[in-house]
Amino acid sequence: MAEPRVAVDVPLLSAQGIFAGYGREPVIEDVSLEIRPGEFVALVGPNGSGKSTLLHVLLGSIEPSAGSVRLFGESPDRFHARWRLGFVPQRPTLESEVPATVREIVSSGRLRQRGWWRRQSDADRTAIEHAISSVGLSEVADGPLNELSVGQQQRAFIARAFASEPDLLVLDEPIAGIDRASQRRFRESLVHLQREHGAGVLLVSHELSAVADVIDRVIVLKRRVLFDGSPAELASSGVSLGIHEDDLPLWLEGLR
Amino acid sequence: MIGALPLPAPLETADVQRALLACVAVGAFAPTIGAFLVQKRLSLIGDGVGHVAFAGVGLGLLVDVWPVWTALAFAVGGAVGLELLRAKRRVAGDLALALFFYAGIALGVVFAAKAGDLDLETLPYLFGDPLRMSTGGLAAVLVVGAIVAVAIWSLRRVLFAVVSDEGWARVEGLPVDTLGVGLAALTAAVIVSGMKVVGLLLMAALMVLPVASAQLLARSFRQTVWLAALIGASSAFVGVIVGQVLHLSISGSIVLVAAAVFAVVSMARRTLPAAVKSAA
Repeated sequence: MAEPRVAVDVPLLSAQGIFAGYGREPVIEDVSLEIRPGEFVALVGPNGSGKSTLLHVLLGSIEPSAGSVRLFGESPDRFHARWRLGFVPQRPTLESEVPATVREIVSSGRLRQRGWWRRQSDADRTAIEHAISSVGLSEVADGPLNELSVGQQQRAFIARAFASEPDLLVLDEPIAGIDRASQRRFRESLVHLQREHGAGVLLVSHELSAVADVIDRVIVLKRRVLFDGSPAELASSGVSLGIHEDDLPLWLEGLR
Repeated sequence: MIGALPLPAPLETADVQRALLACVAVGAFAPTIGAFLVQKRLSLIGDGVGHVAFAGVGLGLLVDVWPVWTALAFAVGGAVGLELLRAKRRVAGDLALALFFYAGIALGVVFAAKAGDLDLETLPYLFGDPLRMSTGGLAAVLVVGAIVAVAIWSLRRVLFAVVSDEGWARVEGLPVDTLGVGLAALTAAVIVSGMKVVGLLLMAALMVLPVASAQLLARSFRQTVWLAALIGASSAFVGVIVGQVLHLSISGSIVLVAAAVFAVVSMARRTLPAAVKSAA
């Protein structure tokens, strides 16, 4: 197994006192958080709580009006080892009608790491195969993505993020509306990445029941951070992540 | 001038042979770049660039510079400007295109009329005139074709990644803006290279129609690109022969053949979806 690429005491991602918004009214206020290697963190919040704004600030695509973000210890505009960050965006399908295979999509995820101008090496091909098999799509790897179910398509985009063997995986609402079997596969592949590579995971989601048992920390956002702690601590305040799968969404809606 | 090759009628003269070679080349490389534009959901950009290039043609006629140079300058400037506006989200994609369409064609008309050439002089730029193609013109088309082929081949993976999912590619740190500008400049060069072959307006059709047919048959992006080039080149070949035999406009015939291919493929796909799938 490879040596850990990150010193354990440097957080993969940290944010200090973030304020951000689009108009005069800030969408998020004074948000601070941290993700360390090997940690599985879930970010939850009701609709309109600023999750998506926060995510864009953390990834460096929105500039905060105050506060600072560090990716692997560097500010987002100076962070060039971008392949260490795997990102699974919310939109789960390709918009175009042009067919593309699962393998073509997943290969895209490997470009940044090897240098996009270089030829694909054997190591690249192995990593791409491994990423495809870890989400259970080997049998349909050479078929067009748009003939697959929504859940399978989402897994292809997760495999694209896996292909660079990232140290930090950020997923934006990846399980909304996908079937049970895909959710189970999804959980297994995240656990695999976390345990095998010691990667950190930041999962933005409403539905945590599929991954409830592997979450280390839950951050509840509603403009500010309302809660940041273990699922057990959250449970002691009467909210469960797994037993009744509707518990968390209902509770979140109550916060609005 | 190179002498004519001994080919059967209607391909027996050197003029027709040059026209055939130019049309087949343009038919092959226009949809190659077109596949990436369709995947980027910018199928109409070729049209916008063609209209802007016409403003360049008008200016060239007015100031008495070879219109290919001025058309190229306008087309590259317009395509790159459009891409920058779009990437910065300053203008919605289709509205930006509309702005370029109308401003470009209007400017072209104003320039050409001022030069006193708004007549038969401007028509070949809009609709092509492959039979009057010089050997030098043919060489220029082949050079642009070779540049497009090499550029697309060496950048195919990263171009595919960027045009398929721009937001994701930005987060991953891929050079989205540089490649967008490069693709726009290449598109402009392709449109202008086809100007004297099938014309500025029909060139955009040749970029997109073969891709529309290919995507119905292909099972991967790679196959789509190859198939689109093959369909484009074959449409050009058939179009030249049909045009010569029936005494029709060659550029018009080529685009009509490409449109007919799309009609046949999409009907076959609808009536025999299972057969097409298992054949692929």
